[in-house]
Amino acid sequence: MRNVYLVTALAVVLLVSVLGLRGTVFTAPPMDVFPEWAFPGMKRQSKYKPQASSKLFADGRADRPLPAGVVAANYGPLGRPLQSDSHLLSGKLADGSFARGFPESIEVNRQFLEQGRERYSIYCAPCHGALGDGNGITKSYGMGATPTYHDERLREIAEGEILNTILHGKGNMLSYADKLTIEESWAVIAYVRALQLAQHASPADVPAAHKPSLGIK
Amino acid sequence: MSKLFPKSANKLPLQIVIYLFVLGGIATAGVSYYMTPSYTRIGYAPTQPVPFSHALHAGQLGLDCRYCHVGVDKGPASTIPTAQTCMNCHNQVKLDSPLLAVVRESYETGDPVPWVKVHQVPDYVYFNHSAHITRGVSCVECHGRVDQMDTVTHAKSLSMSFCLDCHRNPEAAVRPLDKVTDLAWEHPEGKAGQLRDGAKFVHDWNVKPPQSCSGCHR
Repeated sequence: MRNVYLVTALAVVLLVSVLGLRGTVFTAPPMDVFPEWAFPGMKRQSKYKPQASSKLFADGRADRPLPAGVVAANYGPLGRPLQSDSHLLSGKLADGSFARGFPESIEVNRQFLEQGRERYSIYCAPCHGALGDGNGITKSYGMGATPTYHDERLREIAEGEILNTILHGKGNMLSYADKLTIEESWAVIAYVRALQLAQHASPADVPAAHKPSLGIK
Repeated sequence: MSKLFPKSANKLPLQIVIYLFVLGGIATAGVSYYMTPSYTRIGYAPTQPVPFSHALHAGQLGLDCRYCHVGVDKGPASTIPTAQTCMNCHNQVKLDSPLLAVVRESYETGDPVPWVKVHQVPDYVYFNHSAHITRGVSCVECHGRVDQMDTVTHAKSLSMSFCLDCHRNPEAAVRPLDKVTDLAWEHPEGKAGQLRDGAKFVHDWNVKPPQSCSGCHR
């Protein structure tokens, strides 16, 4: 009987030394405890998940790119049907010039600006900087000259042209249309306007009630 | 008549039963230690086609997780970024790096970079990223300190009990919405403060994590 226990102990030691302990870093595909060949169709079902691969299509992608000329049905603000407000969707007026001001369907309020600040901090601040002065973190890693928002030209630029830049990029800046929905883009534009206002204000712009606490006469 | 069995054979049935119990104990311990995701998945760090460092991009540069993983607060999937996302900066930074050749090729041809998926739940699990992100459950709860990883490593088990631990006690994990992608954030007052504020968020935001089967399986 003693021998049986000895063999068992040896087997356990062998098993532990082969399998190792939890938390060891490894690069090989993880062990499958209930493999597909034994239990087919449960863990790996015959369906496509987002960004999955497919053997059916020549390019190997399950997500199909849009055929040329097709407009996605949910294009535009999230959850709204296709609409033709060119000011909202492209920042341009019917005659092709850039629109000034915000589209009718957009209401600029505190909540909208907060949304703009959040999106700006995520997608724009890395290059344009938290203040919009072009001094983002990427500058110290070799990104070229990112313009400041606080010069005459960009203070006067039409809102529609800012949207156009977000949608299609400009110079070294690529399109952010895949990252910001149209509504979010307009929220960012509103926040950019707020940044410009903040950096180009005079003492006269401070409401009278706040002047004493800021030491402004 | 000579004895067929020695006297010690009288104890054998009992010894066999005891041994079977010992063997059963070892088997139970082995299965629960080795056949669960805590062993099979934690530590998985596949070699990726591009040696992208989250420690550099998310940690050192402080890029928000959502800069690249755009879909994470909009839908079920936390999308892997397009090559264009990389090119937003790498059309100017490290322009000629051979490590980025795969990304440049992907950008030009439109063929995806063959990233290796690290976190993979079974197909019968319907996990929705946005439902968690927009209700104050941070990325770090399931993915660990990715902002400190040079190579993404599977940090949490993502087993069903892992999910249920949190679904039963959401107040221990729910945090202010502006701290969701701040992986280093911890409640300044420690655990007691987290539980107090977490309970408040759970109430205010009407967080009701499902514990029924169909909450996550269908």
